[in-house]
Amino acid sequence: MNDKAVRLRGKDLLGIADLTASEISLVLDTAEAMKEVSARPIKKVPALRGKTVINLFYEPSTRTRTSFEVAEKRLSADTLNIAIATSSVVKGETLIDTALNLEAMNPDLIVMRHASSGSCHLLARTCKAGILNAGDGMLEHPTQGLLDAFTIRERKGRLHGLKVAIIGDMLHSRVFRSNVYLLTKMGAEVWACGPPTLMPAGIEQLGVRATTDVEEAVKDADAVMMLRIQLERMQGGFFPSLREYFQVFGMTPERVRLAKPDAIIMHPGPMNRGVEIASEVADGPASVILDQVANGVAVRMAVLYLLAGGGDDETAA
Amino acid sequence: MRLLLKGARVIDPASGVDGARDILIEDGVIALVDRDITPAETGHTAIVELGPSLVVCPGFIDMHVHLREPGYEHKETVATGAAAAVAGGFTAVACMPNTNPVNDSASVTRFILKQAAEAGLARVYPIGAVSKGSDGKELAEMADMRDAGCVAFSDDGRPVATALLMRRALEYAGMLGLPVIDHCEDKTLAGEGVAHEGFHASQLGLRGIPSAAEDVMVERDVVLAAMTGSHAHIAHLSTSGALRAVRAAKARGVRVTCEVAPHHFTLSDDRLMSPLAYDTNLKMNPPLRHAHDREALVEGLRDGSVDVIATDHAPHHADDKTVEFDRASFGIVGLETAVSLSLDRLVHAGVVSLPRMVELLSTNPARILRVPGGRLQPGDAADLTILAPDLGVTVSAAAFSSKSRNTPFDGWTLRGGVAATIVGGRALFVNADVPAAAGLRRS
Repeated sequence: MNDKAVRLRGKDLLGIADLTASEISLVLDTAEAMKEVSARPIKKVPALRGKTVINLFYEPSTRTRTSFEVAEKRLSADTLNIAIATSSVVKGETLIDTALNLEAMNPDLIVMRHASSGSCHLLARTCKAGILNAGDGMLEHPTQGLLDAFTIRERKGRLHGLKVAIIGDMLHSRVFRSNVYLLTKMGAEVWACGPPTLMPAGIEQLGVRATTDVEEAVKDADAVMMLRIQLERMQGGFFPSLREYFQVFGMTPERVRLAKPDAIIMHPGPMNRGVEIASEVADGPASVILDQVANGVAVRMAVLYLLAGGGDDETAA
Repeated sequence: MRLLLKGARVIDPASGVDGARDILIEDGVIALVDRDITPAETGHTAIVELGPSLVVCPGFIDMHVHLREPGYEHKETVATGAAAAVAGGFTAVACMPNTNPVNDSASVTRFILKQAAEAGLARVYPIGAVSKGSDGKELAEMADMRDAGCVAFSDDGRPVATALLMRRALEYAGMLGLPVIDHCEDKTLAGEGVAHEGFHASQLGLRGIPSAAEDVMVERDVVLAAMTGSHAHIAHLSTSGALRAVRAAKARGVRVTCEVAPHHFTLSDDRLMSPLAYDTNLKMNPPLRHAHDREALVEGLRDGSVDVIATDHAPHHADDKTVEFDRASFGIVGLETAVSLSLDRLVHAGVVSLPRMVELLSTNPARILRVPGGRLQPGDAADLTILAPDLGVTVSAAAFSSKSRNTPFDGWTLRGGVAATIVGGRALFVNADVPAAAGLRRS
């Protein structure tokens, strides 16, 4: 067994790929304590007082940006939000120049969302500040993976040995990659299902079982995770129609019955009702979709605290 | 003006020479290649003892470079590119037409040749565009460009857009006796890809360029070369499937040749992960392929299916590379690392012999482009590449003669390098790290 981690090794969280199982457990355990904070009447602790966190969003986001901002405020960090429309970047300054300008104001953490895979890696090599990936291109969305795992663990008591079915657009999904890295590291059995046109090459080398048969994927699953069909990306003809997609892959009450009786249904949002998931399922008793949102705040508080909090600097001084 | 090079191993596959020979050069022209030449009594002859540690070859010709002039002089100019060529052991280069304006007319061709003449370094052979503006619609004025000095036609950077245009280009270039060089990539399959489609791109979340994008285009060109009887040359071949197609076509007697770039026989897509994830100096098109493809290319270099090593020298300013991987420009510089990579990865690795390497870098490109050189024949211009096959070389991008530094090989230590580059009898580059070549500095 790994020794129990008491801190994260790096200054950044670029992806689950870089974390050990023990670091993942540390984040999830820390998030439990943070969840308790959010349940208090006064939802604020001084853990990041005097720390500056910049939320740098190159892609539109409501859920993730709000979740980070709530998490930062509950930890008493000074936060500022910068939303940059991609169009203005085309004629404007480079990512590195933007980062260096922000860095000159001496922030402790930069939370970034960006359309290019690996952009957080580029930033992390350039900046002294810690970089927290809030979703980069098709690569990773590590806090989403962590909050999904937190939600599963909360309901099932464990991750090891569970069957988790992930269904939808795997090719373009950073949520998919973060979940696969996390769940396989923690010993879950991951099934990936979707049309072959939306499966990344070499998918089984990622450590998952791939199938185009949704019923095989869902059968006896402990958790079923639907991925959003990004309607704006589907112009390329990855499948014939939304109607047919729902027929072949949509999560219906009948399909849910193939999973374990106590299976949970998950979705990272925003949902397309009637495309990847039927409303009866999304709103049904097995759905934990809103728990995921609530847990997102706790998990992000945990990550922010582990990256920027703690007394290390004081003791070192 | 006479120069006598003595005591080196001379390799000239075209005339079957491999052994100790002396070479006498008179007024920039090869006068004699023979054992133990005695200098004439009359007139002054500069004698340079090279010794058996050095290998004299017909001048290397890189038939695929981008010199960026006109239009992108901040990346490279004809002069800096020609300087990089001689520093890398190349006496001649053929430059692709994707400049701005595109080299699709005799006036641009003449401009490039004028810049090359002023630089007075490596010989420069312009390659003209297949289509006007390389936009894949109408044929460019090929005969006019041939008369101005173009040695081949290509829309490189892009494929020849349609099968019909490729057919007509082959027919028309065939009339002129020149090859059509194609960058084989089905754009619909390649899409917005930035790395080889496979496990590593999937893991890195990068959009993939499947091998099939190259394979189907090579198959198309093979069919059209067979149909027209003209010569198609496949640029920077990178997949095992494309190589299989070329090999089969050659066996049927189709006039198809191909080149492989040093980065494709040296690296594969697993490098995208480590040591540095998202290193934009590993972004090129075609992309670094699977290790199986790399092994197939090495086998093709060994068995003769691959005709040429060409660098696809693609200089880019740091500003074009110090950005997100998706946004970074495709391509790396190659002129100043190709010879060391070939010696280290092919010759010393036991894949090919030195004479075979000379065929790949000199004999064959000269034959394909029908340019002078590629052999050591009395009466030919004295274009020579002198190798120090056992020299320890540490690649230093900062020391490149090229204007650009975009190489993944910076800091690599390799066995084998260039001792000197002689163009028209003039030693334009002499490597200070090779004592045996020191005499050439004074010559």
